[in-house]
Amino acid sequence: MSVDLTTVKKVASLARLAVSEAEAEALVPELNGILDWVEQLGEVDVTGVEPMTAVIPNHLRLREDVVTDGNVRDKVLANAPQAEHGFFAVPKVIE
Amino acid sequence: MSDLTDLTVAQIRDGFRAGDFSAREVAEAFNANVAAAKALNAFIVETPEHALAAAGQADKDRAAGTLKPLSGVPIGMKDLFCTQGVQTTAASHMLEGFTPTYESTVSAKLWDAGAGMLGKLNLDQFAMGSSNETSYFGNVISPWRRADANGLGGNAPLAPGGSSGGSSSAIAARLCPAATGTDTGGSIRQPAAFTGISGIKPTYGRCSRWGIIAFASSLDQAGPMARDVRDCAIMLENMAGFDPKDSTSLDMAVPQWEAGLSADMKGKKVGIPKEYRVEGLDADVARVWDAGIAWLKDAGAEIVEVSLPHSKYALPAYYIIAPAEASSNLARYDGVRYGLRELPEGANLQDMYAATRAAGFGAEVKRRIIIGTYVLSAGFYDAYYTQAQKVRTLIARDFAQAFEQCDVILAPTAPSAAFALGDKTADPLAMYLNDVFAVPASLAGLPAMSVPGGLSKDGLPLGLQIIGPAFDEQAVLNAGLAIEERAGFTARAEKWW
Amino acid sequence: MTESTYRIAGATGDWEVVIGLEVHAQVVSQAKLFSGAATAFGAEPNSQVSLVDAAMPGMLPVPNKECIRQAVRTGLAINAQINKWSRFDRKNYFYADLPQGYQISQLYHPLVGEGALTIDADEKAGIPEDKVIGIERIHVEQDAGKLMHDQHPTRSYVDLNRSGVALMEIVSRPDMRSPAEAGAYVRKLRAILRYVGSCDGNMEEGSMRADVNVSVRKPGEEFGTRTETKNVNSVRFVMATIEYEARRQVDVLESGGRIVQETRLFNPDTGTTRSMRSKEDAHDYRYFPDPDLLPLELTDSFIEDCRHSLPELPDAKRRRYVEILGLTAYQAGELTAEVDWAIYFDRLVERTSLETGKEASEIAKRCANLLLNDIFGYLNKFGVSQGMDAVTGEPVGLISTAQGAQLIRLVEQGILSGPLYKQVFEAIAATPEMPADYVERHGLKQTSDTGAIDAAIAKILADNEDKVAQYKGGKEALFGFFVGQTMKAMQGKANPGVVNELLKKALG
Ligand SMILES: [Mg+2]
Ligand SMILES: [Zn+2]
Repeated sequence: MSVDLTTVKKVASLARLAVSEAEAEALVPELNGILDWVEQLGEVDVTGVEPMTAVIPNHLRLREDVVTDGNVRDKVLANAPQAEHGFFAVPKVIE
Repeated sequence: MSDLTDLTVAQIRDGFRAGDFSAREVAEAFNANVAAAKALNAFIVETPEHALAAAGQADKDRAAGTLKPLSGVPIGMKDLFCTQGVQTTAASHMLEGFTPTYESTVSAKLWDAGAGMLGKLNLDQFAMGSSNETSYFGNVISPWRRADANGLGGNAPLAPGGSSGGSSSAIAARLCPAATGTDTGGSIRQPAAFTGISGIKPTYGRCSRWGIIAFASSLDQAGPMARDVRDCAIMLENMAGFDPKDSTSLDMAVPQWEAGLSADMKGKKVGIPKEYRVEGLDADVARVWDAGIAWLKDAGAEIVEVSLPHSKYALPAYYIIAPAEASSNLARYDGVRYGLRELPEGANLQDMYAATRAAGFGAEVKRRIIIGTYVLSAGFYDAYYTQAQKVRTLIARDFAQAFEQCDVILAPTAPSAAFALGDKTADPLAMYLNDVFAVPASLAGLPAMSVPGGLSKDGLPLGLQIIGPAFDEQAVLNAGLAIEERAGFTARAEKWW
Repeated sequence: MTESTYRIAGATGDWEVVIGLEVHAQVVSQAKLFSGAATAFGAEPNSQVSLVDAAMPGMLPVPNKECIRQAVRTGLAINAQINKWSRFDRKNYFYADLPQGYQISQLYHPLVGEGALTIDADEKAGIPEDKVIGIERIHVEQDAGKLMHDQHPTRSYVDLNRSGVALMEIVSRPDMRSPAEAGAYVRKLRAILRYVGSCDGNMEEGSMRADVNVSVRKPGEEFGTRTETKNVNSVRFVMATIEYEARRQVDVLESGGRIVQETRLFNPDTGTTRSMRSKEDAHDYRYFPDPDLLPLELTDSFIEDCRHSLPELPDAKRRRYVEILGLTAYQAGELTAEVDWAIYFDRLVERTSLETGKEASEIAKRCANLLLNDIFGYLNKFGVSQGMDAVTGEPVGLISTAQGAQLIRLVEQGILSGPLYKQVFEAIAATPEMPADYVERHGLKQTSDTGAIDAAIAKILADNEDKVAQYKGGKEALFGFFVGQTMKAMQGKANPGVVNELLKKALG
């Protein structure tokens, strides 16, 4: 599988990364180099092998249903580029 | 009195307890070294006042007889750990000016143990890199220089390794006696090897990830970096521990690793993975590895050959899994709630995201986000991601089988000594290959450490890596100690900065 | 199974509509799915938000056990497969109401697998008999925050209070064939959720909303391309969405167009749907297992505890009401539609049975009438919507089961006549007064005192000699007149049986 310029632009847009034409063009051979290299994984016989789910034997703990957090609006908004009336503000969204 | 900044963590702790010096004197000495070492660019933010405040408290506590495990010890904090009230950036423009309103679990534990903070250490941006050349705040320079005997250019600035390059450089240059690091695919061990210090990545889940800026969640693990094995044990005891706020945290008691230190390897088996002896292995690296084998034998260990057949697939698997997780972990940097916002004239919300992320992330971060996005995208998920996670299962299985035959594994930490800044930046793959020996233990979540093994013919440090079974940091530390005692590594970078 | 005959008439013939619903139901819990922030409705913006919900750097999710328990109970209530091994996945997309840049959901290994529910026959709605609707899965996921668009001319505002609240996404099979079936499905699902107690079913507050998948086809043909209309928040709107979408799709297809698989939005003001611009490139969600969380493994005992905690569910209750209590299917359906009233009814029957010493089956009809005619009639008449007291389970400020049971006893014992029963009910319905006390206080006891009745009859016969003569001459219809006069004279308190008997005697 190799990527072309269109694919690079599509993926960049999916990742919400604005790329210039030149950046996109430079990424094409770079990505192909990396992808060609990782594709050697295809050689490995993985018949009957489960994909890893937990690297160390451990099980998911569940919390009790108790309110222990929240009411920290100042902390939540402290680093906001734009906060107004207790909200985060963003450019108007049309749904 | 000898220079306080030449002391190890254990020596500072014990000397301070014994009344040989005050915590304030220690903090001032390190603050002075930090202030005088701007040329290394090891710190993004210096916090001398934090170190002094902790020292003041330590001096009071000593008077009151309420000493804590790290009272009197100032340390460096990798700028990937969120620190309340102190800018935390992950070395990215994206988070420039971000001041957390919370403290990471690991840093909080260290402060609770009495440690003080000298500053926030530079790193590869979002911990992505092996040379500390991807930081928005500039490269970190290694204090080491090549011996110019063979005309290689002794003045070429060298990479301190990465991503914890600020940590390694600062420790090697005596700017702090110890520091935190994080290791996703070698980011503690490789920089430790490059700068002639020690560092341990514990078992995945030992140290809480809460409050550490995420790179690849299933791999990220915090650990200490310091000048010797004992200091690593002391630091790790004060960083590790169960945290209910991290679902992957291990609910296990923290062993007393320092008290358990022993360099006696009698009855222990050390595995040498044959697949690591790759064709074209650097002669210096091979020589130091052989020396390591000899030292462990001398310490009483039996040497056995083991096989890790899927080793060669570890790096490609890592470069699917880590970017995939990163592409998702870094989606939160969107200019809405914190960090940089780029809002070009007339931009809508989605334009704002794309502009913000284009301006905020560095080239390597973008490259990995794009790879990660691609391998997870429709139609490719199974071929790349699922296949890589299956290979990861096989890699973990290789280790499990090897540990049926040995107690620890000995291998090189990195395939070469430190390279010059700029040497590998043009070729991402060449850079990635630096972690070829470090990545397998990361994929398997195993404890692994690097200790200095000797010098290359250019006079640069080389590290030896010890990998242990899950939960057995003690075995790793003990083998490290056995090597340390025999290697007699006393070389240090000559001060030029 | 009789298929629905609902058809959309087109120029090229009749079309059939195929409907699947993805219902998002907010799990009843104190705290959020992965954080300790509160879930209560209507708080100040961004006040019920933890650093985890705001996706601050380095924050991590820890799942809430109660949310898992409620989803498992819900799964058991629709007889679904409970997966002892499930996993959380990340669904990646960028939107201002989604702080992490991904929603933690379950795609590959949901908590609950295949199940089903039965919608009830409703002749009038074109559902000739009960119909089983398949449910593909229930998975647990995070809700998003809220975007406000009308506070500022050029900006939208983000409130993360809902961000991270636990939802169950209940995904049906495309088994519905008419708006009525879809409406019945949502109502039945809501009833089950409310019985189980896993969701309050409050569609106005957004605790339950449906993504409506609609396609059309010629009967017997393959499924057509579907559209998904998001977040429809009432039964009526679900039905309107389907009607509009089916018609629109038929028009598009018949004029030579094709249906694009897309996300649409319903406009309640116009009853129409339109394509959603903001989600147009959101098809590639790049799902993968959330590396911050381990697989979720349930023990048998956890699942058994969930099973034992389930109440009697609406279908079982209906069956019992018909088969054991002898109610009509209609009554049983009405009584079980709302869990609060069904519980009230069960308690009323139990109490009345104790109060009267009669079998449940003997007094159930009276209890059903009290609820369906009197109480519901009263609520309709006065336009009250009734909430239940959280502690007592009794309706707030309305007739309690104790009052109801006593009222029925008074009737059963012949102490209250039909008209008096009605009078007493209305008088005490909104008061705490016990019926017997009211009857006592107003001297309303029905009398069988033959002396008093005889005296009244004697006076009436004396005052109406002409009518007595006519009656005796064969105009027997006049008997009713004498009964009425006697009752009137007795102010309604006379036992009608006794009046009849005494009148017959007096008139010879
Ligand atoms: Mg949906
Ligand atoms: Zn959903």
